[in-house]
Amino acid sequence: MPGAGCDMIERLAVGGLIALAMATAAAADTPSSLMAGYAQAAGVPVSALSAARGEALYRTEHRGRDGQPVACVSCHTADPRQAGQSRVGKRIEPLAPAANPQRFTDAAKVEKWFRRNCRDVLARECSAQEKGDFIAWLSQIK
Amino acid sequence: MNNYLLRGIGVLATVGALSLLAFSLPSGGEARGDGGDDRMPRLTHAAWQQECASCHLAYPPAMLPRASWRRIMGGLDRHFGEDASLDPATQADILGFLEANAADSGNSRMGSRVMQGMDLHHPPLRITETRWFVRKHDEVPHAAWSRKSVGSAANCAACHRQADAGAFDDDTVRIPK
Repeated sequence: MPGAGCDMIERLAVGGLIALAMATAAAADTPSSLMAGYAQAAGVPVSALSAARGEALYRTEHRGRDGQPVACVSCHTADPRQAGQSRVGKRIEPLAPAANPQRFTDAAKVEKWFRRNCRDVLARECSAQEKGDFIAWLSQIK
Repeated sequence: MNNYLLRGIGVLATVGALSLLAFSLPSGGEARGDGGDDRMPRLTHAAWQQECASCHLAYPPAMLPRASWRRIMGGLDRHFGEDASLDPATQADILGFLEANAADSGNSRMGSRVMQGMDLHHPPLRITETRWFVRKHDEVPHAAWSRKSVGSAANCAACHRQADAGAFDDDTVRIPK
């Protein structure tokens, strides 16, 4: 019996380690790796990404779906180190990695929010270059 | 003695592994019983909590019928004026959970109350449009809804302080100034 118990513990431990490794692998992205990916998709070197253009993208107002002016700052506030608020009042954690290290660590999540928010603010999807610029600006904020 | 110790460790390891599994699986929708008329069944579902609660409270599935959830989840790219689109797999996963626990699923007493007077030919898109919601909130002064601290009727947790935990009974209500 003790032998069988040990065997079971071992199998469970291995199973747990595999699950843990998979979870870690899924969140292994970094702002730098994402910038490299977007630069490559845009066909430019990473050095061609522009924090200044990223900041302009963040701050520029557009005409939203309801005709009202809308920008990233509408929900994320003028200072991306601060927490923002969704339209129904739910807290949005800060966008800048300096204030929120969880940002830009999951490529699928980043793509999901670029898709949604670019459509809401710009009425179109953002280009790979714009996404790279955006992360370039946010990740250099201290 | 040794035997008991090992068995104890085995049990602990099993519990640990199972809870790890529960958290890592995409769907784990599970009702843990109805806690009374104004308390939602305790529900856990990773994608529902993570995705819906990014922007608003993960509204309890029992507050709308299945037909409403199908309409809502079928139009996420234009979700009350915002793009809330999901990848197809996550969308299907969440819809399945919502349908399984919807007001007309027979899974909760609260759902049965929500269904009273429900017009299933015109399934509502908003919880606030249901007769049940209107009746429940008829004592709330008009001005309270538009207070800055409340924002909108979509912000349940402004007054229902334990809404996150599925508690909507009167004891947990405090309308902010």
